[in-house]
Amino acid sequence: MTGRPRRGRWWRVALAAPPVTFLVVFFVWPVAAIVLRGLRPGGTWDLSAVGDVLTDPVIRRVAWFTLWQAVLSTVLCVVAGLPGAALFARYRFAGKRFLWAALLVPFVLPTVVVGVALLGVLGPNGVSGVDLSGTLWAVLIAHVFFNYAVVVRTVGGTWSTLDPRLGEAARTMGASPWRAFREVTWPLLRPAVAAASSIVFLFTFTSFGVVLVVGGIRQRTLEVEIYDQTARFMHLDVAAALALVQLVVVVAALAWFGRTQRRRAVVLDQRPAVEVARRPTTRRDRAFVAANLVFMALLLGVPLGVLVARSFSTSGGWGLGNYQALDTVRRGSTSFVPPLDAVWNSLLFALAATVVAVVLGACAAWAITGNGRGSSPRWARWTDTALMVPLGTSAVTVGFGMFVAFGQAPLDLRSSLWLVPLAHAVVAMPFVVRLLVPALRSIDPELREAAGVLGASPWAVWREVDLPVVSRAMAAAAGFAFAVSLGEFGATVFLSRPERPTLPVAIYRVLGRPGEANFGQAMALSVILMVLTVVVVLGIDRLRPVGSAEF
Amino acid sequence: MEPSGAALAVEGLGVRFEGAAAPALDAVDLAVGPGEVVALLGPSGCGKTTLLRIVAGLTAADRGRVLLDGTDLEGVPTHRRGIGLMFQDHALFPHRDVGGNVEFGLRMAGMAPAERATRVAEVLELVGLPGWERRAVGPLSGGERQRVALARALAPSPRLLLLDEPLGALDRSLRDRLVPELGVLFRSVGVTVVHVTHDQTEALGLADRVVVMESGGVVQQGAPEELWAHPANAFVARFLGFANVTEGPAGTELVRPEAVALVAVGPGEGDATVTNVVFHGAHWNVTVERDGDLGPLEAWVRSGPVARGDRVEVVIDPAGRQHL
Repeated sequence: MTGRPRRGRWWRVALAAPPVTFLVVFFVWPVAAIVLRGLRPGGTWDLSAVGDVLTDPVIRRVAWFTLWQAVLSTVLCVVAGLPGAALFARYRFAGKRFLWAALLVPFVLPTVVVGVALLGVLGPNGVSGVDLSGTLWAVLIAHVFFNYAVVVRTVGGTWSTLDPRLGEAARTMGASPWRAFREVTWPLLRPAVAAASSIVFLFTFTSFGVVLVVGGIRQRTLEVEIYDQTARFMHLDVAAALALVQLVVVVAALAWFGRTQRRRAVVLDQRPAVEVARRPTTRRDRAFVAANLVFMALLLGVPLGVLVARSFSTSGGWGLGNYQALDTVRRGSTSFVPPLDAVWNSLLFALAATVVAVVLGACAAWAITGNGRGSSPRWARWTDTALMVPLGTSAVTVGFGMFVAFGQAPLDLRSSLWLVPLAHAVVAMPFVVRLLVPALRSIDPELREAAGVLGASPWAVWREVDLPVVSRAMAAAAGFAFAVSLGEFGATVFLSRPERPTLPVAIYRVLGRPGEANFGQAMALSVILMVLTVVVVLGIDRLRPVGSAEF
Repeated sequence: MEPSGAALAVEGLGVRFEGAAAPALDAVDLAVGPGEVVALLGPSGCGKTTLLRIVAGLTAADRGRVLLDGTDLEGVPTHRRGIGLMFQDHALFPHRDVGGNVEFGLRMAGMAPAERATRVAEVLELVGLPGWERRAVGPLSGGERQRVALARALAPSPRLLLLDEPLGALDRSLRDRLVPELGVLFRSVGVTVVHVTHDQTEALGLADRVVVMESGGVVQQGAPEELWAHPANAFVARFLGFANVTEGPAGTELVRPEAVALVAVGPGEGDATVTNVVFHGAHWNVTVERDGDLGPLEAWVRSGPVARGDRVEVVIDPAGRQHL
């Protein structure tokens, strides 16, 4: 008995226009430019490359491996991340807030650095004593290390707003704790799990740097192949064909995720998280919390610990030498600027990228969800799905495409400082949308109607109801966007100007120089990037609109 | 003093939802005078909530007009109608405290903070929650949430107040206490009230006039006493809680339970057997099965407990037989 809303839906279309336009200009056009450049050399279509690629047994093997390692990685991430999500949703413990932010660290570290850090544990001379480098296991562990936070934060965020009485109700009806989880909690969590899975799948499907480092020459993904074909062999036609194959799989996967998510969307009775979380009291509770913390320490702490340790390790023993060397330009070095300048570049770019991504992503999210009454129009569902495509497109393709597309009229941005933040915003916007859409869908439409009846105009309803209720998701989205920008590497390496490197680019440059001292400096820069991320994400998490309580 | 209530007129209102076989509302007319308290009574799905939502401007009607003090509300968005609405599950803003919820409408109207504080204190006093401004809404009990929702709806002094099952979620004793309380409150404020409910005691106890609805239309309306004394048809009678309604070729007959007397007799004697006894405090609600397939009969008995299985002699006061 909901009935139809009174007002038209023109505002939803108007809201969708800016993000869609943005993606067409800064994503579709560049990708089209690079694909056309590959498939239409000299102005005539030449599709032989696509045929060659599809029949090449080596490439078919690479494509098949890319697909199933992504599926396996996604499943592993969800299995590993669910207990962590439960931990944050259901328990209060010392350092919770810090840990919530710290989880993002692996996610934003440059892939190369993560690879090196993992090799420090699981490599030939790793502290674990087991050499997994070049194996599938190394790739899978690296993917879990990277994407653990996506599952924990996305699912944990939803879980913390689930009424625990639902599970308790099931328990009183004779369900075991496991049964109660399976029958009640799990179905309600599924939209969040689907959202997290889609992000993890897209990341692992287009995984590049980490596969390159820990997978050795035996484990190759499509993205590695695209990079090699573009940057090393200059086979733009083959690279373009590969990018097309990748795009087709991504779009198909997104369409599937989009459908499952819509089917499973449930209006949740949101409760403030403070009420739900409690201190672990029983022995079982404490064992669960402890087991989770030990797991996080092993998975995330050990590689990062090795990273920090190496940053303080100099030729003359432990010390700050690596850090002190960062603000100087050494003679004969390939750097134009002191590596430390990259910190300011990264912060500036990330700030700009976050603003663009949050504003446009929020427009898209509100356009997609509407006022919560009635079913979504078809165009809104398509927009929802289409906005996810940049997540699954190879960063190499996006970066190189922008480099090609914006190097000439009508949009010559190659010398503009905006190119890097815009590329980052393209990659970050899908996160914002993914985090905001479920939060908006879970707002009870009656809250908006109650505000309207009390005299709030549509604009006031948005300001007074939507905004405060999703403020937490907004803060998380901004944190994600900032983090994504800080760590983006694949596209930035094509777009950043030599005198304006971002931190990951600077780390990559320093790593590229031989020598123990340079390796130490790269580690030191990585530690700075890590600390920056934690500080910024913690800060954004605290930043809530005035008037919103702990929600 | 509060401004007096507005007159509401609903004319020929019709709406059919996408995919629905029957219209949710079918040419409904309703007139509510200034300051009148009207209850819309009916089972769920009869269209009463839809009617409320159309008056509030939350749902669009296919046909018909809504007039407030003679002004057609067509094209007037919800937030400019100046109508108060209390939702069934209250829809309190979880991110605002009690005061923040109650002052919301005042803030939307652009009232200065000092005046707002005064008004909020005044309304909270009115609903029996003085000084509760800074409490969070999360831990409130059902009755407290109901009072906050009422205070929030009353704060901007609406000329028309719509209540959607306002007491639906509350326990019996609380409802029994709140019904007269609300009645006094509405009349002291002078606001016009349209109150949707499926509970006949609530409707009869609170309203000046009760409008009974069934499948998108109005079946009967009148003062509570009038309705109780002369239900228009079997549906209304049953909905008001009368069990002894028989529909036969001779028409529909109602036997009022207070007119049924039961005389206790020995085993094998009398003309009916007691099948159920429910104690209601002031009386027993006794159901008997009459011999000869005459069907069950309900009686309100004030004295002499009977037990299940007892034989009784049924005596019906002729004044208690009504043809509807």
